Amino acid sequence: MKRRARANPSSRTAQGRRSAKAQVSPPPLWTQKEIKVRVNGVEYTSTVDVRMTLVDFLRHELGLTGTHVGCEHGVCGACTILLDGQAVRSCLLFAVQADGAEITTVEGLGTPERLHPLQEAFRDHHALQCGFCTPGFLMTTLAFLRENPEPSDGEIREVLAGNLCRCTGYQGIVEAVRDAARRLRSAHGA
Amino acid sequence: MVTRYFGEPIKRNEDPRLLTGRGTFVDDIRPPGLLHAALLRSPFAHARILSIRTEKARSLPGVVAVYTHADLPPVLQEPLPKLIPHPALVHHKTQYALAPEKVRHVGEPVAIVIAESRYIAEDAIDLIEVDYDPLPPVVDLEQAIQPGAPLVHEDIGTNVCAHYTQRVGNVEEAFAKATHVFTERFVIDRGTAAPMECRGVVAQWEPKMRQLTVWDSTQAPIPIRNGLARLFGLPQANVRVIAPDIGGGFGPKIMMFYPEEVLVPFAAMELQRPVKWIEDRLENFVAMNQEREQIHEAAIAVDGEGRILGVKTVFLYDAGAYIPYGLIVPIVASTTLPGPYKIPNYHCEFKAVFTNKTIVSPYRGAGRPHGVFVMERLMDRVARELNLDRAEVRRRNFIQPDEFPYDVGLIYQDNAPLIYDSGNYPACLDKALEMIGYDRWPSERERYRREGRSVGLGLACYVEGSGIGPYEGCRVTVEPSGKVYAATSVGTQGQGHFTSFAQIIADILSVPVEDVTITTGDSGAFGWGTGTFASRAAVVAGNAVALAAQAVREKALRVAATLLEARVEDLELRDGRVYVRGVPGRSLSLGEIAVAANPLRGTIPEEWEQPGLEATRYFAPPRGTFASGVHAAILEVDIHTGMIQILKYVVVHDCGRIINPMILDGQIRGGVAQGIGGAFYEKLVYDETGQLLTRTFMDYLIPTAMEIPEVEIAHVETPSPLNPLGVKGAGEAGVIPVPAVFASAIDDALAEFGVRITEMPLSPDRLLEIIRGARGRGGGASP
Amino acid sequence: MKPAPFQYAAPETVEESLALLRAFGEEGKVLAGGQSLVPLLNMRLARPSVLIDLNRVRELSYIRDEGMTVAIGAMTRQRAVELSGLVRERLPLLAEAVRYIGHPQIRNRGTIGGSLAHADPAAELPVVALVLGAQLVIRGPKGTRSLRPEEFFVSYLRTALEPEELLVEVRFPAHRAYGTAYLEVARRHGDYALVGVAAMVRMEGERCAEARLGFTGVGPVPVRLPEVEEAVAGRHLDDATLAEVGRIVADRLEPQSDIHASAAYRREVAGVLAGRALRLAAARFKGGEGG
Repeated sequence: MKRRARANPSSRTAQGRRSAKAQVSPPPLWTQKEIKVRVNGVEYTSTVDVRMTLVDFLRHELGLTGTHVGCEHGVCGACTILLDGQAVRSCLLFAVQADGAEITTVEGLGTPERLHPLQEAFRDHHALQCGFCTPGFLMTTLAFLRENPEPSDGEIREVLAGNLCRCTGYQGIVEAVRDAARRLRSAHGA
Repeated sequence: MVTRYFGEPIKRNEDPRLLTGRGTFVDDIRPPGLLHAALLRSPFAHARILSIRTEKARSLPGVVAVYTHADLPPVLQEPLPKLIPHPALVHHKTQYALAPEKVRHVGEPVAIVIAESRYIAEDAIDLIEVDYDPLPPVVDLEQAIQPGAPLVHEDIGTNVCAHYTQRVGNVEEAFAKATHVFTERFVIDRGTAAPMECRGVVAQWEPKMRQLTVWDSTQAPIPIRNGLARLFGLPQANVRVIAPDIGGGFGPKIMMFYPEEVLVPFAAMELQRPVKWIEDRLENFVAMNQEREQIHEAAIAVDGEGRILGVKTVFLYDAGAYIPYGLIVPIVASTTLPGPYKIPNYHCEFKAVFTNKTIVSPYRGAGRPHGVFVMERLMDRVARELNLDRAEVRRRNFIQPDEFPYDVGLIYQDNAPLIYDSGNYPACLDKALEMIGYDRWPSERERYRREGRSVGLGLACYVEGSGIGPYEGCRVTVEPSGKVYAATSVGTQGQGHFTSFAQIIADILSVPVEDVTITTGDSGAFGWGTGTFASRAAVVAGNAVALAAQAVREKALRVAATLLEARVEDLELRDGRVYVRGVPGRSLSLGEIAVAANPLRGTIPEEWEQPGLEATRYFAPPRGTFASGVHAAILEVDIHTGMIQILKYVVVHDCGRIINPMILDGQIRGGVAQGIGGAFYEKLVYDETGQLLTRTFMDYLIPTAMEIPEVEIAHVETPSPLNPLGVKGAGEAGVIPVPAVFASAIDDALAEFGVRITEMPLSPDRLLEIIRGARGRGGGASP
Repeated sequence: MKPAPFQYAAPETVEESLALLRAFGEEGKVLAGGQSLVPLLNMRLARPSVLIDLNRVRELSYIRDEGMTVAIGAMTRQRAVELSGLVRERLPLLAEAVRYIGHPQIRNRGTIGGSLAHADPAAELPVVALVLGAQLVIRGPKGTRSLRPEEFFVSYLRTALEPEELLVEVRFPAHRAYGTAYLEVARRHGDYALVGVAAMVRMEGERCAEARLGFTGVGPVPVRLPEVEEAVAGRHLDDATLAEVGRIVADRLEPQSDIHASAAYRREVAGVLAGRALRLAAARFKGGEGG
């Protein structure tokens, strides 16, 4: 993948872009663009093909292979990451769209030596088997519990419905999320 | 020997890695200089290839190579290997690496492009021009056996590639003399395993040392290694196949070979650069093997008390366009059908049929769900027709706990006699009935009816053949550090072998389970074995693990005896140390013993098998061991929308001794989820031209956390006498009886309409159609 | 499944977006939330040569109280609508229906305008817009125009938008004075509806003074059935009335069959849901939830 940024300087206008009345020239078209993203607190600058998806960028350009690709059409949720704090499907975003954004991936959650309480809960309740869908579930749950720290089981199942798992039958995941909610509440002194 | 891990819900060793995104799946492997592959796949179900023009694709910047069938060396132009031959499989047609002059299913590979990125490779695919001459396809299973149907393989003059019958007793006589005979037709449609991780292959060729390394999302790395070595004329020691973390297998990730499994290594060797191919989901739907399509014409003969006199089924098995995997699925269906019942006369006959659809090979259950569906539906039918209680009818026909070993009279998929080794079917049924509240059900049902709700209770019993041979192996090593390392021949796709096998070793060697590291799925670490399938890893590999650990233990004691100047009988192994009983000061750690067993100088005893504290053992079961169980469910049907809701689901499962109950319950729950998918949500729909209409997750509906209920599980343990650990397989148990339970519950929920479910999967639309049809035939008014 | 090559533009104002559409509207595509478009790009079912990304056009993201109307900018995220107190209070039908759209991850990116412009025949927002009589505000080279939903939705995945035009705002009439309900039947939680019904009623005592019913999943565009709405006007919403509603609905609708449901199913279930939705909307009116 080539690294030179390509822009179309001739289409930039010298005049400001905010003139409502005058015919505005279209902004430039890009085939490659330089982006700056902050991932798990670390800033990266990179030049990317505009059609490179965000998940491919994270996995192959940044080497953060914890986020997985399951379907590339936005159903399975294996690619779920946090973009500016919100859980999104990174297979349905292009890397160029993440310019200037703050991204959290599973690598930002914990380490094998220091698991995040959410990861501890997943382990305790056998919420993973093959582990392929797991990072997606973790990120969905992380965002969810921040918004809804005391969810009912029904609410848990509803939010988990946006992620597919083929191994566990979901019960372990539901129990893990319930338990994690409790742990996080007590960790925050609730 | 006191066990402290075996039987315990030990947390998994592999979880910290997987939870923190440090798993290594095939797409995470990135050797430097990596090239990427994409495949051009046939858009037609049946067509001749007139010409292929690749110049435009080849000249696209970033494209390194394009191969079609004509570009392959002769050895890769031949059909790929026949696995599991069978005398009845007279037309054992297998698939090609790239289609020669004809394509036989949508998705069949026609060309492969190697480029600097997957993006560019797909651009190049768009530029390949193929001239197809479409031929009429044969898609419908029953049409495929009609005279005049289009032929998938013209040279054999038929679409029937196998015709096989197994018989016990004299079924014609039994039916002729019976007071009651009930016949039924059952139709089960295609489904796919849809693991979250699609398939993938990375190959790296080191030309100076002539070493080929392949990472493959396969359940059977050792046979792949052996096959690739043979195919490319390399010594086995020069080929290493690694199945790293696998994102779900469920059966279809075991093949030899998928085209990509030979094309990617070939390209890597040709181009002298590593090559990666990762299957995308659109490909997976048409190119990964499917399963489940069968049509049964079945019948049961009973006496006035519902005792079985004979069972018969004649069925069609849809093999797809090729049949590399042989007759495993229909043979398993045939031999699972008898279930826990005494069936004095049995006739099971099937035809395996080619159609212009994706190849079929086992998917979790591998024919057992079909056998159970047919048998359990027939049993419910008997109960209804003779006005007997469904549970009682089953009890009357059970093989009793004191009747084992029980010879069913058939030959199983391992070519060994089908002999049930142990079980307690009445106990499983009783437990399930208790958990589901069977005694209360009639009044519960009445209460629902008064509320205007159509709620039904279903139950299904099954016996599951598991733990078949031929064998698996394990090498256990204690290193000077005292840590234990074991390598075994099976692979892992989420079943927790890294933990369950460690538990076995930890108990035998009396070390902490975290100090035991298991390697699976690497032909370089262990080179003899077959793979993870047919619910056999815990049984076959698990016992090999136990035997190897036991051998290491015995050696440790013998070496320690010499060093401690004591007799072996006076020694005990505790917490990783060998003590002289009654002399607390005299002990040695396993690590110290390991050092002593591998001296740099001196001599070692002749009796030692090998140096070091290490042993390699194999376990070859004489035949399969038979797990069993009962599922029961309470399910509600909204008769105005056809939507269903599962109110309660219970599983009673007997897989002999349990290694890790947490892992076991996870396997069961995952299986039940796939079973529910196959009962109400997941259906592969082909149109009459052989196009797969359900080709994405938007149309092939995998159930979510909202559709899968909580599953209550209880265990019965009848140990297997066929292996030292007494374990039986459990990987497929969850899925096997689910379609039968669903049908049983829906029949009960809609009993007022006289509904009898004989097909799977269902859907809201189909349920409304069935209800409408039953009402039209005079079924009762709405509740 | 990687998209075919395209050029990418990231305008920051509506004017810039319109300039891009003038230059590239024919062969280009607008990218809003991407939850429907990007799958098509990844599958190469759509191959625009230019992708015009609206996600930096901040001026299109708003929910404004304008008295009798709530104006929502086209790039407002579905999740923002879901969480908006203003929407919950003034546009209860919209607040209810938006929760059926996929899952939170989809609603975090999906937009109101994007969903309407995509015009999936089984989507929730088009039928809500139809029943509420929303105004769809469009800007293009010839200036600004407003369309009613009946004019906007043309066929499967097709709207009246010209290649150089942009949907910029949706104006929903506030409808607290009505009782409303949105119901749908879907194969799984979060899926597109097999059939969906949006109902609005105004009651006078025990009688239904006015009813509006919209259906999605029953044809190329969302549908209202005037015969049904007339049939319930002035009547009690009792079993007999609702049974008649069901019959008229099943009789009048002309849905298509597809792999998920047959036409017969959609007809029948539309009738069932129509009754249930009317009843629920009426209960909410009586209960003072609408008002």
